[in-house]
Amino acid sequence: MEKKIRVLVAKPGLDGHDRGAKIVARALRDAGMEVIYTGLRQTPEMIVEAALQEDVDAIGLSILSGAHMTLVPRILELLKLNRLGDRPVFVGGIIPDEDAIALKKMGVAGVFGPGTKTEEIISSVRLALTGAIEG
Amino acid sequence: MNQVDALLQGDRLALARTLSQIENGTSESRSMLDVLFQHAGKAHIIGVTGPTGSGKSTLVNQLALAFRQPNGTNPPSRVAILAVDPTSPFTGGAVLGDRVRMRDLSGDPGIFIRSVATRGTLGGLSMAAAEMVTAMDAAGFDVILVETVGVGQTEMEITRLAHTVLLVENPGMGDDIQAIKAGILEIANVICINKADRPGVEQTERALREVLDMNSVNPSTGGSFHHFMEDENQDAPPPTGSPAGWQVPILQTIATTGEGISQLVQSLREHYTYLQNSGQWKSNESKRLRRNLESLIREVLFQTWLSRMNPQEYDQALDRLFTRSVSPFHLAEELIASDFASKTPSIHLK
Ligand SMILES: Nc1nc2c(ncn2[C@@H]2O[C@H](COP(=O)(O)OP(=O)(O)OP(=O)(O)O)[C@@H](O)[C@H]2O)c(=O)[nH]1
Ligand SMILES: [Mg+2]
Repeated sequence: MEKKIRVLVAKPGLDGHDRGAKIVARALRDAGMEVIYTGLRQTPEMIVEAALQEDVDAIGLSILSGAHMTLVPRILELLKLNRLGDRPVFVGGIIPDEDAIALKKMGVAGVFGPGTKTEEIISSVRLALTGAIEG
Repeated sequence: MNQVDALLQGDRLALARTLSQIENGTSESRSMLDVLFQHAGKAHIIGVTGPTGSGKSTLVNQLALAFRQPNGTNPPSRVAILAVDPTSPFTGGAVLGDRVRMRDLSGDPGIFIRSVATRGTLGGLSMAAAEMVTAMDAAGFDVILVETVGVGQTEMEITRLAHTVLLVENPGMGDDIQAIKAGILEIANVICINKADRPGVEQTERALREVLDMNSVNPSTGGSFHHFMEDENQDAPPPTGSPAGWQVPILQTIATTGEGISQLVQSLREHYTYLQNSGQWKSNESKRLRRNLESLIREVLFQTWLSRMNPQEYDQALDRLFTRSVSPFHLAEELIASDFASKTPSIHLK
């Protein structure tokens, strides 16, 4: 059986809807990936636990609450603690430019604003994983 | 420490990675499974099957919570969950969403959840699913819950994998039960009517009971349906469904509130005890292992034979078949005989 790209799509924080996350999940599926979708109101601990159990290749976070500067560092830290520091993390949502720069400095592989085309997200995930998951 | 040793000692990342390697059929996974197999065979494997949206994941969430409670003087069971969802036949991708209903289980080191897509398998249950269960079993989980959508072939495959099959139905499926459900009812060891907060529970229960009673008319064969399948297909599952002596209970549950779950867990445990005490655990297991071995041998023998066949000769032989100048029976005998006459068999299990 061939290797498939497995991506966790999670929605940390307390804001109420996951429309964006679902659109991205479906787009990744349509691009032939396997998307583990975990739903609303995930704590950083829940997200990292799911990433570990599912052994995903990449993690996508949808954050609309504005809490990205606290949630993302925590998730990155927990990933490292769980020996998952090598898995690329993508963040989608309403992220001011200076925050996006800061997040990337912390090691986030990509930040996507509200208008981002799904094609762009798909190719960013593919690019981040080239070489990393051959065989 | 190598990955298999880490897995055996309870390292969750090692288990997660091993599951991926098994799923991708890597060459390392073969040799890892050689070791894992020797450590497996202890877990109670429970298949949770039923129509889309019947509440299987919500129920699995509740069942896992209940299995995590101490059982009398016994400590809580460690629970692994394998949630199987279909791959899209058009894109090859999948959205695996069963975890959405299992958020209560997070943070418990005695629980491990893995989502898996069916990928290329026609039948529905991923081919690797059985081997992934073996890895979970070797990792020391006492109960393994395998969620699958009960359509077509999957329902047959789940009986090959699970010791106990829990069928999840909903109220208001009464009228057409007799027409379509005879097959799937036959494989159920425990049935639950979930969403019992909805109207029509009594009618559904009555209809299910009627079909069950019809099926158990001929208990010596384990039910007519299995008997038919055994004749039809060498690879058919063993007659584990409703064997004589086990009365298939029909329970009512409301998975969203947890109502009826303790009775359901009790029935699942009773079925386990029944299998053990009646000797069926052992005999089913032997049958299953032997069937797996034999289908492996069949596959390897066929592939070996095919690889030694001269393609042109084979094409000519096929032409005789297509023009009906020779029957498949006769041709098979002829091709096998000529192969044995001309070459020394050299078979490699790869
Ligand atoms: N009213 C009611 N709703 C329920 C009950 N159990 C589950 N549901 C709801 O039914 C819907 C489907 O539940 P799931 O657990 O996802 O069902 P499933 O069988 O796993 O679905 P698939 O994996 O897609 O086949 C959800 O909205 C649940 O909240 C119940 O006992 N009563
Ligand atoms: Mg489900």
